[in-house]
Amino acid sequence: MSNRVKRSLGERVFEVFNILFMAAVALIMIYPLLYVIFASLSEADKLLAHSGILFKPIGFSTDAYVMMSKNHMILRGYMNTIFLVLVGTTVNIVLTAMGAYFLSTKGPMFKKAVTIIIIITMYFSGGMIPTYFTVIGLGMENSYLSLILPSAVNTFNLIVMKTAFSSIPDSMRESAYIDGAGEVTILFRIVLPLAKATLAVLILYYAVGHWNSWFNAVLYINDREKYPLQLVLREILVQSDTSSMSVGTVGSDQYAISETIKYAVTVAATLPILFIYPFLQKYFEKGVMIGAVKG
Amino acid sequence: MKLKASQAAVRPELGFASRVKKDWRRYHSVYIMAVPVILFYIIFCYVPMYGALIAFQNYSPGAGMMNSEWVGMKHFVDFVTTPDFFVLLRNTVMLSILSLIFGFPAPIIFALMLNELRQRSYKRVIQTVSYMPHFISLVVICGLIKTFVSRTGFITVLFCKLTGSQPIDLLTNESFYYPIYILSNIWQGMGWDAIIYLAALSAVDMSLYEAAKIDGAGKWQQLLNVTLPAIIPTIIIMFIMRMGTLLSIGHEKTLLLYNPLIYDRADIISTYIYRMAFESQQWSYTTAIGLFNSVVNFILVIIVNKICDKVSGTSLW
Repeated sequence: MSNRVKRSLGERVFEVFNILFMAAVALIMIYPLLYVIFASLSEADKLLAHSGILFKPIGFSTDAYVMMSKNHMILRGYMNTIFLVLVGTTVNIVLTAMGAYFLSTKGPMFKKAVTIIIIITMYFSGGMIPTYFTVIGLGMENSYLSLILPSAVNTFNLIVMKTAFSSIPDSMRESAYIDGAGEVTILFRIVLPLAKATLAVLILYYAVGHWNSWFNAVLYINDREKYPLQLVLREILVQSDTSSMSVGTVGSDQYAISETIKYAVTVAATLPILFIYPFLQKYFEKGVMIGAVKG
Repeated sequence: MKLKASQAAVRPELGFASRVKKDWRRYHSVYIMAVPVILFYIIFCYVPMYGALIAFQNYSPGAGMMNSEWVGMKHFVDFVTTPDFFVLLRNTVMLSILSLIFGFPAPIIFALMLNELRQRSYKRVIQTVSYMPHFISLVVICGLIKTFVSRTGFITVLFCKLTGSQPIDLLTNESFYYPIYILSNIWQGMGWDAIIYLAALSAVDMSLYEAAKIDGAGKWQQLLNVTLPAIIPTIIIMFIMRMGTLLSIGHEKTLLLYNPLIYDRADIISTYIYRMAFESQQWSYTTAIGLFNSVVNFILVIIVNKICDKVSGTSLW
């Protein structure tokens, strides 16, 4: 360590300030989440009487979680969203990989034309209304196809994957081809395993996108049984409609418990994502960088 | 050598059809793989682009595009002359510019300060915490904002203690809308947006700092003369990309946050499109507004790209 070099007073003052300032930033980042967890574990009537900062749950009660786990709409929403994440992400990744494989192959004479077709869509789009009519016109209303197909390929992610594929030496693909491997085999057995980091990042991007998306469901899904989790959450959190939640309680009790339920569903909807991301964290920086090389 | 030369001489004589044939023989499976992707772009990007022609019609879904009456630029003129136009444009531009002024430098400053931390594990913890909000869904974020700035929410309570005012629901007072929108954006995006700058910073050659130190440069001078020049290209690229979305700030967050009491500040072009389309069924009018919006955006990207190219030599194309 060569850090023993003498440093000026100003530098040391800055360093202490920087450490404290960063701690403050981190606290601001994480406190709203802590608040939600504390509130969800509080006793409903006490929480309602309290206003301001929470340092720990007021009292302790898991009623909100119990109520939530018995709620049909939330469970339904959860199942629907899990289905959408699994199927949607699979479609995303397969299409993105195939597109990226084509774009990273050296030689096809129509590659340039396809590239132009794709790039144009980054700058022009028909807009919300024509897209809506297209999807409705294909008869996808009220079907999960409307939530999967219109967002099947994200051009930015496609370019990220193409960049990753392009960095694999041509000679590897060439020699596999000469040895008689088909292009599909090359894609799955050689190219994708070599682009594992990028693949992980894109799976995460797409999966989180499906988990968090809500607007397309507002446009295309009318059947409440098909609501994804985010739409159920929107009713409870944003439109403050907890009437479907607190069956069996009455009057002020119902009002009080609806407060804690709000926080409990927030925790339930957010934790799964916060749980997976530390495992993929080491890939983030790499993935973000690949995208940045050529946007 | 001789063989190669003769091949080169023969090749251009192949006709287009036989070149296609040869191309197909070698690459047919690659082309087949590309088909679903191309279909996706045609169906979900180009068909809507064609559909955007209804902006020049009085479109009704019953009659269809073929039988709807063409009205030229009528809807564009209507939009520009509506009394709402000024308010919508002001809110859209103001929110974008304020996000740019406050939201754009925030991750850069954060990355620079984080980069100065010398305790590696502490740095790691701060960074991990800082990009957690990025993954929380917009619905949850907006639900939380609404709760926290409600009359009894903890942000309102803190704010009122600091300013000595009566607690009110901050989202019912239009003068608080811009700050709430911008600050929550920074809260959610700063850590994530900093990743790219941190990566650029970690690529700076350490020997440059050594050299600067030997030349007697203090911390501040090192920052100005070594660190900043190293990340300027990244900053410019991010800036141009940001400019391209200047008029297309997302309708999603606004739809979740606003209410009729604060339309005067909160309503933006894209939410207006949503309301006019799905609440008043003005399909052609709203398509025209969308088209207007994306043309302006495109022009902005080109202008900014040109300026950045002139000033700094860094550009998208």
